[in-house]
Amino acid sequence: MRFVETVWLVTRKDLLIEARSKEILYTTLFFAVSCVLVFAFGFVREGRPLGDAAAGILWIAIAFSGTLALGRAFERERQSETLRALMMSPIDRPALYVGKLCGVLILLAAVELIVVPLVGLMFQAPLFAHPVLMIGLLLTGTVGFAAVGTLFAAMLVRARSRDVLLPVLLYPITIPVIIAGVRGTAALLQAEVDEPMARAWLSMLVFFDVVFVTLALWTFEPVMTE
Amino acid sequence: MIDFSTLTLTDVSRNFGRRRALARVSLAAAAGETIALLGPNGAGKSTLLSIAATLIAPSSGEVRYGDHDARTAGGALRGRIGLLGHDLYLYPELSAAENLRFFAKVYRLDGVERRVDEALDRAGLTTRRDDQVAGFSRGMRQRLALERALLHAPRLVLLDEPFTGLDDAATHALRRRLAGLREAGCIVLVTTHDLETIDGLIDRAVMLQQGKLVTIADGAGSLRERYRRSL
Amino acid sequence: MNRLYPLLLLVTAAMFAYAPFMILAAPYESTMGLIQKIFYFHAPVAMTMFVSAFVCGIASAIFLFGGRPGADRVAMAAAELTSILGLIVLVTGPMWARKAWGVWWQWDARLTSTLVLWLIFQAYLLLRRFGGPGSDRLAAGVALFGMANVPFVYWSVNVWRTVHPTTTVVPSLQPGMRGPFWYCFLAFVLLYVSVLGVRTRLEKRRAELEALYLAVEE
Repeated sequence: MRFVETVWLVTRKDLLIEARSKEILYTTLFFAVSCVLVFAFGFVREGRPLGDAAAGILWIAIAFSGTLALGRAFERERQSETLRALMMSPIDRPALYVGKLCGVLILLAAVELIVVPLVGLMFQAPLFAHPVLMIGLLLTGTVGFAAVGTLFAAMLVRARSRDVLLPVLLYPITIPVIIAGVRGTAALLQAEVDEPMARAWLSMLVFFDVVFVTLALWTFEPVMTE
Repeated sequence: MIDFSTLTLTDVSRNFGRRRALARVSLAAAAGETIALLGPNGAGKSTLLSIAATLIAPSSGEVRYGDHDARTAGGALRGRIGLLGHDLYLYPELSAAENLRFFAKVYRLDGVERRVDEALDRAGLTTRRDDQVAGFSRGMRQRLALERALLHAPRLVLLDEPFTGLDDAATHALRRRLAGLREAGCIVLVTTHDLETIDGLIDRAVMLQQGKLVTIADGAGSLRERYRRSL
Repeated sequence: MNRLYPLLLLVTAAMFAYAPFMILAAPYESTMGLIQKIFYFHAPVAMTMFVSAFVCGIASAIFLFGGRPGADRVAMAAAELTSILGLIVLVTGPMWARKAWGVWWQWDARLTSTLVLWLIFQAYLLLRRFGGPGSDRLAAGVALFGMANVPFVYWSVNVWRTVHPTTTVVPSLQPGMRGPFWYCFLAFVLLYVSVLGVRTRLEKRRAELEALYLAVEE
């Protein structure tokens, strides 16, 4: 119970800070939309989108804007070294990790709320024909990406070249997530919807999430201590 | 609830790659002692405080808090340590009261609102309690950061240049606070360049020079004179 | 231990000298002809690469949770070797694919995942080089995540239809092919072990040198 309380304490603090300026929310949202537009120019020919463009563009936008949001969120903690202050306190470290993760997830969910319908609209993709599976893919995919991202961003807070290193580290490890997300979404957007395929990718994402959140909880403490 | 009455550093060394920050530092402090940690910039004072605060592990040597050591005692031990560092550990987007309230909850204190009010009062920030820290002057932030560090009534108080940015009134208030901590039986380690201000508040002065610890002898003359002699 | 490495390297060199003869003597594969023989290097190297990834992961775990600096040195060496072995796989693979199936690269799950694993270890090496102080622990975390990724490699082969021969190719090898295959695998494992040992020893010497530097200042 205390674990949940601590998680909520951290998440609430992050949300409160974000609510004051909304800086990360607005910039990430704007970036995601720009991403979608830029890719649109690349992948729409004579008004018709190419093949699986919608699925790919959606997940790339999520990945890129996710990286941006993570970088900015932890840059905040770096400002007054408040992450250090938390590491020095009796706070339960796994709870600290989960708290920061939830904050990032809520932020990304807000971004996806806008970007997903936008992609559906611009690419004439029936993203909500199968809402349960689609939301399942989005949820598990975002959790997988954010779980790894939160750990790496926290890890890099005191490292040199942290801005460049975050994407360098994050993208290779979260490629399975992106693949599963894109292929799963594409399976749902095909002319002949391949539900079993989508479900298979969803299961892989669930498995990935379980493995990597557990791994992150395990390694948070040793990796963060100097 | 863990408590301890002594802090013992034995042969503590810390190196960053090839740079040796601390070389076999040994220090023992007991409850009620206030020790000044002096030395030129880059001598390793902040590193020593960070090690005492359990933020950094020593490369070799031992740090003991009474009978406990940092790795095994974990969170309960950290709840008895307070550090005021160079970076003030305050969230600029939150108000003074919100910052204090957050850390009070992190340290699982009871009577949160009462403690927050008292801390704001001591920092002289009651009228600015709902203003964002981002708008505070350096001195105001320093006062708030000090209160944040002491909010949970720690046994071990580590202060890194606490007099920075403080005006006369605030300096005076801090001096009173330090005297109060001494009376309350806290172990206090203070680094400062402000030797005149700290003189008279301390039991002992030690100096770090290129990572090595040297005790500054008691004796005739002001602290500054004795410090100069040791250099 | 130190005397063992030159001997191992000698044995490995001898094995590799003999390998072409074994490979030449192996039966021709019915559909692919001569190019298939690249399999005798490509597949063992791929297997060694995955073994190396695990070695790095396990050494990183020991370093992170056990705090033993020796483990970190092994992890560093293993990461470099994984990177080199990966490069060999990713070069020989397309060479084979071009002749056998007409394409340089196919975005199927196993190829992609091997590339991803290789990229992860590149990231590991970049972190160690540019991350500044403390990057050894951070990199250990990355290696653990990289190792955890490997099962997803094997799993996705079975989910996603692929042009690549499936994992069941090894047990189903013709009898004449098994000999050279396992011989080459052994040769590569010996090469891996000896190079890993030598590289780890280099790191150990470096650490000893650092310690001496520090001792001088006292």
